[in-house]
Amino acid sequence: MVHQHDVVIIGSGLAGLRAALEVSKVADTAVITKVFPTRSHSGAAQGGIGASLGNVDPEDNWEFHMFDTVKGSDYLGDQDAIELLVRSAPKDICELEHLGVPFSRTDEGKIAQRPFGGHTLRHGEKAVNRACYSSDYTGHVILHTLYEQSVKNHVRFYSEFQATYLIVEDGICKGVVAWDCIHGGLHLFHSKAVMFASGGYGRAFKITSNAHANTGDGLSMVLRAGLPVQDMEFVQYHPTGLYQQGILVTEGARGEGGHLLNKDGARFMEKYAKTLMELAPRDLVSRSIQTEINEGRGIDGKDYVHLDISHLGEKKIEELLPQVRELTMNFVDVDCTKEPIPIQPTAHYSMGGIPTTVNGQVVSDGKGTQVKGLFAAGECSCISVHGANRLGCNSLLDGVSFGARTGRRISAVIDQLELLDYAPDHLKTAQEEVDFLMNSNGKEKVGVLREELQTSMITNCGIFRDEEKLTKQLQIIKELQKRFEDIKIDDKSMVFNTDLTEAMELKHMLDFVEPMVLGALQRQECRGAHWRTDHPQRDDVNWLKHTLAYKTPEGTRFDYRPVVITRFQPKERKY
Amino acid sequence: MQVTFSIYRFNPATDQKPRYQDYVVEYERGWTVLDGLNEIKWKQDGTLSYRRSCRSAICGSCAMKINGFNYLACFIQIEHLKAKKLVIEPIPGFEIIKDLIVDMEPLYEKLESIVPFQVNDNPPPDRERIQSQEDFKKIEVSIGCILCGICSSSCPSFWADPRYVGPASLLKAYRFMADTRDEGDFERIPIIDNKHGLWRCHTIFNCKDACPKDLNPTAGIAELKKMVMYSKY
Repeated sequence: MVHQHDVVIIGSGLAGLRAALEVSKVADTAVITKVFPTRSHSGAAQGGIGASLGNVDPEDNWEFHMFDTVKGSDYLGDQDAIELLVRSAPKDICELEHLGVPFSRTDEGKIAQRPFGGHTLRHGEKAVNRACYSSDYTGHVILHTLYEQSVKNHVRFYSEFQATYLIVEDGICKGVVAWDCIHGGLHLFHSKAVMFASGGYGRAFKITSNAHANTGDGLSMVLRAGLPVQDMEFVQYHPTGLYQQGILVTEGARGEGGHLLNKDGARFMEKYAKTLMELAPRDLVSRSIQTEINEGRGIDGKDYVHLDISHLGEKKIEELLPQVRELTMNFVDVDCTKEPIPIQPTAHYSMGGIPTTVNGQVVSDGKGTQVKGLFAAGECSCISVHGANRLGCNSLLDGVSFGARTGRRISAVIDQLELLDYAPDHLKTAQEEVDFLMNSNGKEKVGVLREELQTSMITNCGIFRDEEKLTKQLQIIKELQKRFEDIKIDDKSMVFNTDLTEAMELKHMLDFVEPMVLGALQRQECRGAHWRTDHPQRDDVNWLKHTLAYKTPEGTRFDYRPVVITRFQPKERKY
Repeated sequence: MQVTFSIYRFNPATDQKPRYQDYVVEYERGWTVLDGLNEIKWKQDGTLSYRRSCRSAICGSCAMKINGFNYLACFIQIEHLKAKKLVIEPIPGFEIIKDLIVDMEPLYEKLESIVPFQVNDNPPPDRERIQSQEDFKKIEVSIGCILCGICSSSCPSFWADPRYVGPASLLKAYRFMADTRDEGDFERIPIIDNKHGLWRCHTIFNCKDACPKDLNPTAGIAELKKMVMYSKY
């Protein structure tokens, strides 16, 4: 079946919905999403959304926010994009409030704000209250409000449609092919513009805070269309995932005063970040936790430490962190008002993604050549505002702010874009992938291959990396790719075939982990979340640049993109 | 540890009628019912079909009936159910698409019918609208809803009256009507003030007992009944 719309947005999290609200004002807009919109993973964000509103600390301003974000990115973030983000943040948050987002409030009835990792006053002097929040349901309430506004504005949703294939011809995007999960069958969406807002790739790792849906489909679709992905080697580990589950415990828990303790009951962050302690940026805190574990100071010698919030008292926890209490009770049988929470770092956020301009226009090379009709925003994109390490509460802001900005850009240029004829073979190519999976009668199972991938990625491409482990991982990926050719799915039916869609997702992951691991292998330095124990220094001479990776018949090809530096020259990064 | 999952199976392409299929699962401490279902799907039988995503009780995808009660599969540990056998069925009150997957469209359509968004046509101020902490608390009790459908699926009035908007939608109506920033009461009241709206609720608290997020739609409905009465007299 073929559909025609002016604009097709893939993904219904914060970036996709915020963009849809803009674009649907002026153009026929469809949103394709593999889960019903409110089930998108933006809703799992708990602690806050960053903006220098100054409601609690009046001296806060966008310049402090910018400095923190640049320093947090280990100077890999593009400062023109970061400046746009932090300057528009207060306006973006107030817009959300006007749309109905229920924020917690200060005594004066303004939007409440709390401290978050790496956010400071006066360039690192002390932690600042910058994360706007709604108890610990911030992402959830923003997601639901944007969905509600989409209903109000009659946004057209194709819910439970899984995008599989991007139509790009001669540097022009002409549409996308998606699988109808409920009824089965491929649909071709012919459009003037396509926008990816398809989220992150945390599911490539065994211990992750991400949803089952976060399989980075958009990245491999872009790669398969001959376009590059950027900075894939930068994967954020959130410091506090529930032990063995990886489920998120918000940074807000530390923002409200939670302590990290090792087996000796010591607040070990004193050793690693004397000024900010537990509120240092995530890359640093995760490495510190992993170091404590590796050196035998995990609880009972196991691979976890404690996050203790019990001293905050039941009343404060119930008011400010109710979800944390609920999650710890149900998943690890811990009452966090009385006992410490067992936590370990968990794969959380994809700094890398589809390279774009500050207006969300996808680019195809280091010179910034734009792909006509193709846009991206949110976690799947790499603008890059997060560089080598994202600060907490900057991702919801990124999704909302660049979602809106990209939506406005599409609205502005839609009259100049046309519905162009496309070659007849796209649907056939997409169908061949489905037919292969449906008919293949090999001996490999999706669940088995996926688990081998996820486990080996944590071991060999995790918090601490070196050449030996990364080389080994590359080999493992090649073998898994080969074994995938011998796949067999059990379910051969059309209706809601999750066996098939999981196989498609696994193939996406097997495609994009290769440039991720190769990127990590060739970047011989330590920067932000990318930590090479065999190259323990940051190397600004050779590596102050973005990686672009292309999938070619001969293997992965690399190109580079300069980092935009405006206000802050790279300095040593200490907290 | 070992447990038997007895799972409702129905594939419209191949099955004339539904059946129950048993799977034995070796599980570890801390496993949720969803972990058990994943173990079956990934290791034993790829045809088993169910929705899931966040696996941390926030996306609302994995509502199902487990030993007679509606739960989120991701949010209940196998061990906590204290049973050797888990009978897993789709949530009641909805058409079954396949296995544990139901057609949620009626839930969404009913939600859309009650004007589920903030109505406020006044030009916004430069900064945020001011709302007191007390006024925020009035809506805080309802904003945690994840639209999993468990409340509506647990409600006999919802089963009996296909036109009843149900507790999930009414809680959403309450969320806005209790919000000091919203001015949509005159639009919503005619929609909910009838026998397929508010007055279909007979206050049996099934929705409250079943809600995995510990919300209380019954109380929200009671507040709405008061608001509607006050609007008339």
